[in-house]
Amino acid sequence: MTPERIALDPDKPIDIAALLVDLETYRPRRKGWVWRDRLPSGAGFPPAPFGYHQISRPLERYVPLPAAARHFWSIDPQPDLTVTTEIASGRFEDDIRRMRMAAWHGADHMMVIRTAGQSHYDGLIEGTPEGVGGVPITRKQLRATRKALDLIEDEVGRPLNLHSYVSGLAGPEMAVLFVEEGVNGAHQDPQYNVLYRNVNMIRSFVDAAEAKTVLSSGGIAQIDGAHNANATAREAWKVTPELLVQHGINCAYSEAVGYPRRLVCLSTVPPTAPPAPALRLDLPYAVALRDVFRGFGLRAQMNTRYIESDPREATVTHVLNLLVSRLTSADIQSTITPDEGRNVPWHYNNIAAVETAKQALVGMDGLDRLVRLDREGELGKAAREIKERAVLFLEEILADGGYFKAVEAGMFIDSGYYPERAGDGMARRADAGVGAGTVIPRAADYWAPVCSHFGRSQAPADLGGQPHACTLCRPDLIPYVDELDPEDNVHRRLEAAAERRPDGLLRPEVQWAGDGVMTLTLFLPAGKDVAGAAALEIARRLGLEEPEVIHSHVAHPAEGTLVEVKGVLPFGIDPTTLVLPKKDELLPDDIIRQDIILRPMTVVAATVGEDEHSVGMREIIDIKHGGLEKWGVTCHYLGTSVPVEKALDAAIEADADAILISTIISHADIHRKQMRKLADLAVEKGVRKRFLLVVGGTQVTGAMAVESGLDAGFGRGTKGQHVASFLVRARAARAGRPIGGPDASAGQPLSGAPRTAGSPKADAR
Amino acid sequence: MKPREDDFARRRAHLAKLDDAALERRFWELTRKAVEPMLDLARHNTSPAIERSVLARLGVPSHEAKAIVEGCLSRGLLGHGAGHAVMKAAQTAGCSPRQAASGLAAGRLWASVERAWRHDA
Repeated sequence: MTPERIALDPDKPIDIAALLVDLETYRPRRKGWVWRDRLPSGAGFPPAPFGYHQISRPLERYVPLPAAARHFWSIDPQPDLTVTTEIASGRFEDDIRRMRMAAWHGADHMMVIRTAGQSHYDGLIEGTPEGVGGVPITRKQLRATRKALDLIEDEVGRPLNLHSYVSGLAGPEMAVLFVEEGVNGAHQDPQYNVLYRNVNMIRSFVDAAEAKTVLSSGGIAQIDGAHNANATAREAWKVTPELLVQHGINCAYSEAVGYPRRLVCLSTVPPTAPPAPALRLDLPYAVALRDVFRGFGLRAQMNTRYIESDPREATVTHVLNLLVSRLTSADIQSTITPDEGRNVPWHYNNIAAVETAKQALVGMDGLDRLVRLDREGELGKAAREIKERAVLFLEEILADGGYFKAVEAGMFIDSGYYPERAGDGMARRADAGVGAGTVIPRAADYWAPVCSHFGRSQAPADLGGQPHACTLCRPDLIPYVDELDPEDNVHRRLEAAAERRPDGLLRPEVQWAGDGVMTLTLFLPAGKDVAGAAALEIARRLGLEEPEVIHSHVAHPAEGTLVEVKGVLPFGIDPTTLVLPKKDELLPDDIIRQDIILRPMTVVAATVGEDEHSVGMREIIDIKHGGLEKWGVTCHYLGTSVPVEKALDAAIEADADAILISTIISHADIHRKQMRKLADLAVEKGVRKRFLLVVGGTQVTGAMAVESGLDAGFGRGTKGQHVASFLVRARAARAGRPIGGPDASAGQPLSGAPRTAGSPKADAR
Repeated sequence: MKPREDDFARRRAHLAKLDDAALERRFWELTRKAVEPMLDLARHNTSPAIERSVLARLGVPSHEAKAIVEGCLSRGLLGHGAGHAVMKAAQTAGCSPRQAASGLAAGRLWASVERAWRHDA
């Protein structure tokens, strides 16, 4: 049965309720991991004049980097590496919305964080209960998520990988579930269970062989758990020899059960961060790792160990991590949100992290053609030392009775730089931990009548001949279990979310639909304690509920502190009551040209006041920047720091149509004062109606200009064509004639031409 | 482990003569040796989760799989394989494996399964 596929409308939010309809019959469109479709080295990216060496097939729908829209033809080159975003809202219906946003920015590996405690749950969870720090991974949750991703990948034009965790006590069944539901990537590493989840080591390794066999049969990319040692060690750079050993054990175990090397991925993190000399410590480790693990997949994760509440600091550390990826290699570039150090990731921080990766990776495109690692010196020596220390670690494991004995002795997660030992390792007993004593020997006639099974299994003569069918081959046999809890499920939450937003009120949100959370950023001229208390008081008086300081950073112990406060906004806005500013429609080139040929236009332009900025104005008037001269407008540019009186006199002298002033400096509202002065002076001299008065500047808006008595104002992002369109329209409107037409003609005015902010009514004020 | 100083310089003496390729080969030889005992355990043992995963592949819903594995465990039959028990029950009851699984999960058909293995023994 082919379920009906409904395309997403890019102008509408995804309809979660519609997604949940007919889930019982939904089948994913494919199994297994998909890598990006890399473009050949040197690939062009029209209309940009650049070639790229490390990019993949572009998206069909996307949001480009902020600089792209104005300066780079709105291109959005996608790096060659798969980019991960980690999603942990705790509600799968909100996870899906976040995945859609992240996909538009370039994420194609959606890593859904599991709810706390699922690894100790001995069995599968069903339905869609709410989680803590992640979601319960269930069949319904996976199926709805995969269904959404199938729609989102059509929207953005790129395959998207869904990923979660196959660890804990239910590994083999989770693995089956993942293959059945078209999950594409999974964490699977028995050592993670043992060291971090205190799952019994025998159970973990026996289960892992089965889980890996199943995952491998479904083409699922596997990621190990070694990065956790970075996140927990006191001095993370000292665990590097052990990390090689942990990766080695999971890789060797995976290959031994038949996992193809390319899909066995190492999860690796540059272990340090500034103020450590991070690259000198991180790069030798990265090189050693890639030397030893040739052919395996590399999932480069970003550092979490040294993240505090400052997103700027986190972002710099992460860019250094990306530099390590580009200087060495990676297949999957994972991202950590810059707010990881202060809360569970918020929507826009997932976007920020994905953009950090995209921006840095594309910015470093082709780095290997410019820079080569010097392995003869310090780097090669340091990498060699890490490898030797790892080999010594393995020698000691084997000399002392093997891996289990080594774990029992507390050899792992010791903060000493091996062979140094600090004596603070994580010791686990082979006969203890969750699930101890649950592994039982297979009887002589043991039989598992299914595909993708690991180990000894013998079909009995009297039963083996019977045809059996397994869900991995026959998806129609997969049972669908819906909600088991009548209260804790997605349907109830959607109702509650609708109640929170009666009549479609719009509320800010960071995590869940309509959560109302917003932040205030304040700089207060006080020390940290006073600033924090003051910020909370300000938030309260503004009416924010549950205010909480989420970040503060001292600029100077006495002079001031930056504080960020979050709180819940106690009201919503009805979007239907909002008055939206009209967007100016640009006039086409030939219409502007025609009007100016019929009636030559002269403008006087100047940067006014004590202001030496000339670039903005030159962009508006110069022919080489596509400015007004391009259409034949005569421009008298008076220069910078020109008094407004002088600009007005020059316009009278030249019998100009318009005066263009530029005012960039906005301290003490000087820009508004200059605008007002020009308007007042023109009225005083009785020439207000002779000229169109136009102002431009980075802090200028159309509304501000009209308030100040001018005809139009243009802010950041303005091109010559915006100003030309305004001048031509406004001049025609004043004369009561159509654009490009004769005076007082009966001709039809251009239909739908919007009036700009500056229609000449200023004299009537 | 007991704390100890970094004696890398002394310990590494035997590695110093290996070139990088030989050192990396040694890393993999030792690693493969380290995982061999665990692989051996996995080949010859099973667990409730493995058996539930076998039942899942037979199309048995999770709550039924849990009940069947617990039923096998309490009767000392899990070592034969939970899927095996389902196939035996299906054979003796003359029904499909899926129907047999539902029966076992509901506490029925166990007598025939137990009888089969008592007979085998």
